[in-house]
Amino acid sequence: MIYKFNFRKDVQYIVVAAVVIFFAFVPLFGSTYTLTLSSTIMMYIVMSLSWSMFSGPTGYISLASGAFVGLGFYASGFLSSSLPLPMLMLVGGLVSFALAAIIGAVTLRLRGVYFTIFTFCLVELVKAVMTWYEIMIVRKRGLNVRNFGTDTAFYAMLVMVAITLIVVVVIKQSRFGMALTGIGESEDAASHIGIHTTRTKVFGFAISAFLMGTVGAVRATMLHHIDPGSSFNMMFSFLPVLMCVFGGMKTFLGPIIGAAVFAILQYSLITEMPQIYMIIFGAIMILAILFMPTGIVGVYERVINRIKKGKSKKGGTDDANA
Amino acid sequence: MSTVVNIVIYGVIMGGVYGLIAMGLTLQYGVGKILNVSHGEFLMLSAMTSCTLVKAGLHPLLSFLICLPAAFIIGFIINITIYRYLRKVSKDEATFESNAMLMSFGLYFILANIGLKIWGTLSKSYQYYSYPVKILGATIAVNRLIILAIAIIFIVAFFIFLNKTRIGKSIRATSQSTTAAAMMGVKINRTMAICFGTGGLLAAAAGVLIGMALSPTAQVGLSNTVIALIVVVLGGMGSIPGAVLGGLLIGLVGQAVSFIDSSLVMVANYLMVLILLLLRPKGLLGR
Repeated sequence: MIYKFNFRKDVQYIVVAAVVIFFAFVPLFGSTYTLTLSSTIMMYIVMSLSWSMFSGPTGYISLASGAFVGLGFYASGFLSSSLPLPMLMLVGGLVSFALAAIIGAVTLRLRGVYFTIFTFCLVELVKAVMTWYEIMIVRKRGLNVRNFGTDTAFYAMLVMVAITLIVVVVIKQSRFGMALTGIGESEDAASHIGIHTTRTKVFGFAISAFLMGTVGAVRATMLHHIDPGSSFNMMFSFLPVLMCVFGGMKTFLGPIIGAAVFAILQYSLITEMPQIYMIIFGAIMILAILFMPTGIVGVYERVINRIKKGKSKKGGTDDANA
Repeated sequence: MSTVVNIVIYGVIMGGVYGLIAMGLTLQYGVGKILNVSHGEFLMLSAMTSCTLVKAGLHPLLSFLICLPAAFIIGFIINITIYRYLRKVSKDEATFESNAMLMSFGLYFILANIGLKIWGTLSKSYQYYSYPVKILGATIAVNRLIILAIAIIFIVAFFIFLNKTRIGKSIRATSQSTTAAAMMGVKINRTMAICFGTGGLLAAAAGVLIGMALSPTAQVGLSNTVIALIVVVLGGMGSIPGAVLGGLLIGLVGQAVSFIDSSLVMVANYLMVLILLLLRPKGLLGR
């Protein structure tokens, strides 16, 4: 297959790649504050991209991001004294992958609502198990995590952003990605043309969980101390959804834009008004669903299309903004 | 022997409360196709409000008269504003269902943080018939028995409401087929708003009951939502008798497991539902 270069479509990939390369030089001139903030933003970019990678095309809404990030946290917590950072990320990712595969194998055969319910409860379940483990077995609340330094965490996040971007783009172009989209459009039709729907869904879900687990492992090294309450946090399930809904769930740029906007907002508001900002985020989520169902990218595309249509006076088809 | 009696009695009491919460959730899902993950927050707000009011001198039973109508009105208003609009702009049922769920997730964050903002993380409680009596060799606090009695009254009253009144009939018709009910002259929008409000009311009733004996904090919402979701899946989505049965089952299993180790209740619940879903995906009494 010869790949045809399409400027309007591919310019977004080039811009994103340029931004990633630019970020590689940030530690040379940035302060510690800038580094921590950009690491946080990058964590959310990975989370929202991997969330939208599975839930965007298939329409199966996962609310378990908090569980996978938390598993990454604990992978770091248990092993940070003996293993290097890449190994921690790998372990965090694999544990999340395994859990997602198990949960997916059971619930992804059923209608989407069961999947949502189970993923929602999963965060509380893993939290309960970890709390039980700490109270009954080790009798010590929380774990200390070795800090590998701000620069290391930054570069680890950057590498994960690059990997996630590549994974998302490759999957989008591949048969596997098309199978995911097909499942979202019509599951029955997808299985009739020979797609093994359950296997595809489970694998897609597990890959997205893997990516979340790895950034969780990096994130924990930035925090010094973790406990079940802060690791298996509904916030981590909520924010990727909010970011994707705001940015545009089915677009490539949407989750990235959403992640950047809300990570910065959260970072600047979390100390000043800890509860009120969550109330505002909740309200933004509701308003975004109601008034911009295709996200900010969808709004932008609609505006562009309207301007073009106005110029050509032809009133072409409307499917470009879908 | 007295341990078994204890587990059964406490299990039935918790089962009654869980049944009440889950009935509200299953009603909202069964009729309006709204999976309301903010359901437990109605319970939390009501429990905390009722505790605050009782501390200020109100009789515990009278706090029902404030919390329940308030929860109904809040639910009603939420439904006729955001959910009705969402239903209008959604292109099909599946889109509506997933967006409605996401919106209730946003709602959960709003309500949970309002609770945290007002009450902080400390628990609230008051004394109300909190002395024990002996039944069949087991020691039970009187207020737990009151909780059970009130929960049963609410469950029975709700069944009568659903089966004997005109609104109840229109609710059942809507849950079977929205289009057919609309053709028969049922006011769909109003019925759905009433269902959502009633769901909130049932959660609020459970909240007041929890406030009577279990010293709630502003963080009880999420864990109760999780329990309600598990109960609903167990009993069958949209099935109201299923919600009561599932509630009883989860209550009994929860008490039995917490006799061994209370932090493993969640694990037991989750495993139970996972196994059930493998064997009977519709739930116990699902259609």
